[in-house]
Amino acid sequence: MIPEFGHFSLILALGLSVALAILPALGVYRRDALLMQTGSSIATGLFVLLAFSFGCLVYSFTQDDFSVAYVANNSNSALPMHYKVSAVWGAHEGSFLLWTLIASGWTLAVAIFSRGLTFDMKARVLSVLGLLCAGFASFLLFTSNPFDRNLPFYPADGADLNPLLQDFGLIVHPPMLYMGYVGFAVPFALAIATLTTGRLDAAWARWSRPWTNAAWAFLTIGITLGSWWAYYELGWGGWWFWDAVENASFMPWLVGTALIHSLAASEKRGVFKSWTVLLAISTFSLSLLGAFLVRSGVLTSVHAFAVDPTRGVFILVFLILVIGGSLALYAWKASGIRSDAQFEWTSREAMVLTNNLLLVVATASVLLGTLYPLLYEVMTDGKKISVGPPYFNRVFVPIVCLLFVAMAVSPFSRWRRTSGDILIRQHWPFLLATPIVISLVTYVVAAGINFITIGVETLAVWILVLLARHWWQAGSIRSASQLGMMLAHTGIAVAILGVVVTTTYSEGRDVRMNPGDSIDLAGYEFIFEGVQKVRGPNYLADQATFNVTRDGEFVANLRPEKRVYSVGQNVMTEADMDPGLLRDVYVALGENVGENAWAVRIHVKPFVRWIWLGGLLVAVGGLVTLLDKRYRRIREVAGRPLVGTVA
Amino acid sequence: MKFGRMKNHRRNRLLIIVFIVCAAAGATTFTLFALNENINLFYSPEQIVKGEAPVGKTIRAGGMVLDDSVIRYEEGLGMSFVISDLKSAQVKVEFEGILPDMFREGQGVIALGQLNDEGLFVAEEVLAKHDENYMPPEVADALKAANQPNANMLDKAGYE
Repeated sequence: MIPEFGHFSLILALGLSVALAILPALGVYRRDALLMQTGSSIATGLFVLLAFSFGCLVYSFTQDDFSVAYVANNSNSALPMHYKVSAVWGAHEGSFLLWTLIASGWTLAVAIFSRGLTFDMKARVLSVLGLLCAGFASFLLFTSNPFDRNLPFYPADGADLNPLLQDFGLIVHPPMLYMGYVGFAVPFALAIATLTTGRLDAAWARWSRPWTNAAWAFLTIGITLGSWWAYYELGWGGWWFWDAVENASFMPWLVGTALIHSLAASEKRGVFKSWTVLLAISTFSLSLLGAFLVRSGVLTSVHAFAVDPTRGVFILVFLILVIGGSLALYAWKASGIRSDAQFEWTSREAMVLTNNLLLVVATASVLLGTLYPLLYEVMTDGKKISVGPPYFNRVFVPIVCLLFVAMAVSPFSRWRRTSGDILIRQHWPFLLATPIVISLVTYVVAAGINFITIGVETLAVWILVLLARHWWQAGSIRSASQLGMMLAHTGIAVAILGVVVTTTYSEGRDVRMNPGDSIDLAGYEFIFEGVQKVRGPNYLADQATFNVTRDGEFVANLRPEKRVYSVGQNVMTEADMDPGLLRDVYVALGENVGENAWAVRIHVKPFVRWIWLGGLLVAVGGLVTLLDKRYRRIREVAGRPLVGTVA
Repeated sequence: MKFGRMKNHRRNRLLIIVFIVCAAAGATTFTLFALNENINLFYSPEQIVKGEAPVGKTIRAGGMVLDDSVIRYEEGLGMSFVISDLKSAQVKVEFEGILPDMFREGQGVIALGQLNDEGLFVAEEVLAKHDENYMPPEVADALKAANQPNANMLDKAGYE
């Protein structure tokens, strides 16, 4: 019965989301305050119903109810309990239910934390969000119902969760990612709602900012976790592959970053308003495009879910409606938006413009590389190609390097105009000293000079040093926004250092080893002691033991495994590593290539943790900005209409 | 100079537009160049046997790993295997390194590498999907094209 309850409540949720899309909007149209205010209670009901539905699915998983097709396909009675729960979002149907639940969660959050908005505005925003929820819910019900039954003949046991997903990273990664993707629906809804009123003012930008920052911070965590997971679970030591689905999450992040900056300029100086609206629309559109790419199977990817053409068509139509509709509205209304503030080329506005321009170009280059295989197939009548990582590295890296230059100087720029004194005279000692110091350090530590590496390291250190100086000079941080900005920028610099040092100075080898063999790599000695059989809860493993020493001193015992999961007979590599702030020592076990000989991959990767550490700092920075008093004040001034009155 | 007679801000605006157009043109050229350099075309075993695939250029080749075709060399991590379209076309692939977990005889794989003069495919990378039910779409198409009359058999084998 429980799955039927879940199914039923999903149907009710669809009904409520349609009501949410229509009623408040009708209230706006008829100027009926009562109808306008229905939004909050409908949003609450919607969230409760979806949460109940989600709970039913979780329950079915924990009870091993294999009469539910989705449970039978993605779980197994031998699966540990925490993986049974996370298996709920291990495949398409359940993960989309989570997506829809999160969408309703954001909608509810808007309904609760919206006291600063006029009734009129709130009704419009909730209607747009209701429309989106209705789209998601009908997609679930009509093409991917997680509660479908396998009756009357259902399997005695389930087909098991893909072993790749039986991992902590995958418990947390999808919810965080979806919080980000769907969170961008809020600035999107605000932009659409504001467009329909035709009044874009500072209050709109101020209102959008915390929501955008929150969604963006979650997306940052999601991407960082994904990269970390890829590193230890799937990547054989790689941490970014320019895979279509990785790109799908990266593009909204890039445009979202642009949006955060341009929202700041729109709020503070009233510039770039219509551009900011376009960015808000693009960010959410790219999130939806990401969902389309992952779920339709049009692109080959390690992440893609099982292919079902009807789903692809449904999402494509939804995508066209959302993007086409919002762009049409934009085209119709945006010409009325005027930004009249003046600024000079040395001003902070110009910095924001540079940031936006570069981020959008970077996104376009990623989008082109991601969609090019599709375009090519259409243009050449079915010829299939893939675009390799070298393309992305060659195009993306120079663009972001320019971005980092702007990033180093921008925190000291002022609105309207920055005096040359601040820009040049106060900074030249740092700008000169950093490359020299970096070159020396690199030369001493790595015994070699690589100009590109030194260039990028210099940029990262510039960002850090100049931030620290700014911090020092300012004495105290004036607001949470400023603190958050500095943390996020610091995080980016830390991540850049991690990326460039790992990329340049990592050492790795694939070797054939017999027990007793030893190998030297980057000053470490790896002794292969042998392989033994180990039994896990739902797998059998060959576990190797490596003794790692440096200059005769013990470093770590590493035990990488090759697992065979009992149910699907899937083979999985479980790498083992000795993590460290300055370096990771990484060993992965390949196959058995001879009698006792094994293929082994060994890496020493300096600074690799900095990549994810930086990512987390960025996310923390984004979340810290939410504590800014200004946003709270909007909430405290309950009932006072901000939108439309504040110039 | 015409510029001299223009109003100052107009000249500035024109300069900015010229700059943006040049930058956009430069960036587009550069991007398309990089794109064309780094696309890897897919070839089926049949196309390779017929000589349609270029020699010495990085391409992707895909097919089923023929049963009992995997040979490991005595030393190092070198190995070879044969990919086929389940019909007549067979291509020998040489690879040195660690194979993906899902690599099996009788499974669909895609190899990235170059064809040499002797018709041997030297792979830099071998890809297999992380899911035992999955067939790379390219391989599925190649198999279908080669096995038109037997397409039913393939469907039954679950390769659709």
